[in-house]
Amino acid sequence: MLNRLGLRAIALGYLVVILLAPLAMVFYRTFQSGLQPVWQTLSDPATIHAFEVTLIATGIAVPLNTVFGVLCGLAVVRRRFRGKGLLNAFIDLPLAVSPVVIGLCLYLLYGRTGWFGSWFLAHDFQVLFALPAIVLATVFVSVPFVAREVIPTLRELGDEQEQAAATLGATRWQRFWRITLPSIRWAVIYGVVLTTARCLGEYGAVAVVSGNIIGKTETATTRVEELTQNFQTSGAFAVSLVLATIAVLVLVAMTLIRPREGAL
Amino acid sequence: MSIEIRNVSKRFGSFVALDDVSLEIPQDSLTAVLGPSGSGKSTLLRIVAGLERPDSGEVLLSGADATGLAPQRRDVGFVFQHYAAFKHMTVRDNVAFALRIRKRPKQEIRDRVDELLELVQLQGFADRYPSRLSGGQRQRMALARALAAKPRVLLLDEPFGALDARVRAELRDWLRRLHEEVHVTTVFVTHDQEEAMEVADRVAVLDHGRLEQVGAPADLYDTPASEFVLRFVGDAVRLGSRLVRPHEVVLRRWPSDGAVEVEIERIAVLGADARVDLADGGGERLTARLRREELDDLELARGEIVWASADGSALDAEAGHALR
Repeated sequence: MLNRLGLRAIALGYLVVILLAPLAMVFYRTFQSGLQPVWQTLSDPATIHAFEVTLIATGIAVPLNTVFGVLCGLAVVRRRFRGKGLLNAFIDLPLAVSPVVIGLCLYLLYGRTGWFGSWFLAHDFQVLFALPAIVLATVFVSVPFVAREVIPTLRELGDEQEQAAATLGATRWQRFWRITLPSIRWAVIYGVVLTTARCLGEYGAVAVVSGNIIGKTETATTRVEELTQNFQTSGAFAVSLVLATIAVLVLVAMTLIRPREGAL
Repeated sequence: MSIEIRNVSKRFGSFVALDDVSLEIPQDSLTAVLGPSGSGKSTLLRIVAGLERPDSGEVLLSGADATGLAPQRRDVGFVFQHYAAFKHMTVRDNVAFALRIRKRPKQEIRDRVDELLELVQLQGFADRYPSRLSGGQRQRMALARALAAKPRVLLLDEPFGALDARVRAELRDWLRRLHEEVHVTTVFVTHDQEEAMEVADRVAVLDHGRLEQVGAPADLYDTPASEFVLRFVGDAVRLGSRLVRPHEVVLRRWPSDGAVEVEIERIAVLGADARVDLADGGGERLTARLRREELDDLELARGEIVWASADGSALDAEAGHALR
């Protein structure tokens, strides 16, 4: 029989094998041959550029999808309109479809013969194999997170507080800024954290559309792949380590946010 | 401010919430809108506040058409059954909300909030969050918040519905006194006839979206306009072919004109009054309410046969034609 201790042991054991062991491995292997190769890779202009590209893509995708997620949540929870079910389903599309497939779709759309691609080509604007495509792919894959956090919170919140604010003289705009947004702020923050993590870690879609041009269109994740391919394993581990550290920091941030949510 | 509701109708899908309701609420009055759940009473209040739009009809505030006016421009205070407290704000910020929206000077806001917190006896709670208040305290905070910007109308939607009986009785009393202190046209919705009769000086009775009767509490009790009002406002029993109040039933040991022969099933003494449960020949049950002296004089006992009549019934004289 499984008592509570047994269950806990299984859950923890599973996490250790699946999650913690590989993570520990990365830490171990990174520093196996000393700090020198780690520093060498991280100070390599190509690596620095790769991180810059990742940060730019994340910096654009996160605010964009935060605004979209909140608006989308408000529309799905508060409004009645045709196609609401469809919108609700479409939000989840990036979770359901493999990033590689998403990358391929973008490739076909923005390629030389694609619907949008030919237009951009005519206007001499490079989308594919350049930063715009990386940004597009990152935005696409990180759409659902804020909306998915905000929707249940808005449902639970109801609209009575906003009605009260209306009778107290608040306009629609004032109700949003003073009542709705502060009430869902933890859900938004949590969604932003998840979106950031997803953007930093995006590989599949970006790998297809970026072209992986060293020092130009490489992101942190594709840089790891490129280093591995060239048997620069310790370099690959070093970049992975930075990504893993950011992920751990994100986790810590999430854990700090959670209890406050309960206290509200 | 006076409120005038003219021929207002409202449907939700196929459900008729309000059916051609017209009601005038005079300035500075304390009016109760009374009805069972689903009678449309809350919808009516929400239409006055602008939180719902009527399908047809008009709402006039101080004689001016306000039917299409947004709630934030109506100058009403609204109190919700479940308080609608702003959970992310302290009590002070909750109460100050309407004043901050109106961009009043800081000192004025501070003074006004202090004054209101004293009025609702929450002086010591200004820096607490609503989650750390009891239900009664939250509702008092909601009242202070609604009164902050000195609205011309105060609307309360089942304000005491979610509170336990003792707190409810306290707040009723308190609302009555508040209305005498702060002269503001007040309308509250309730399904509790005792609450309506006790607190309000005018009661409007709604049933199935239709206005059944408006009047002073005593008028509704003594001269109900319909069987619904008779049954809803106070108890009613069927005596022969008539409906009468239990306290109007007279029991005698001998037959008389129009009296009904009944058997005593149970006698319950309730302080100064006594309740006598009776059954007539056809098995129909009714209840009589007697004073203790009457009961003692008659020396009634369980199983005895007596004759019940209600010759002096006010219902019979005034509204009997409608009820027979």
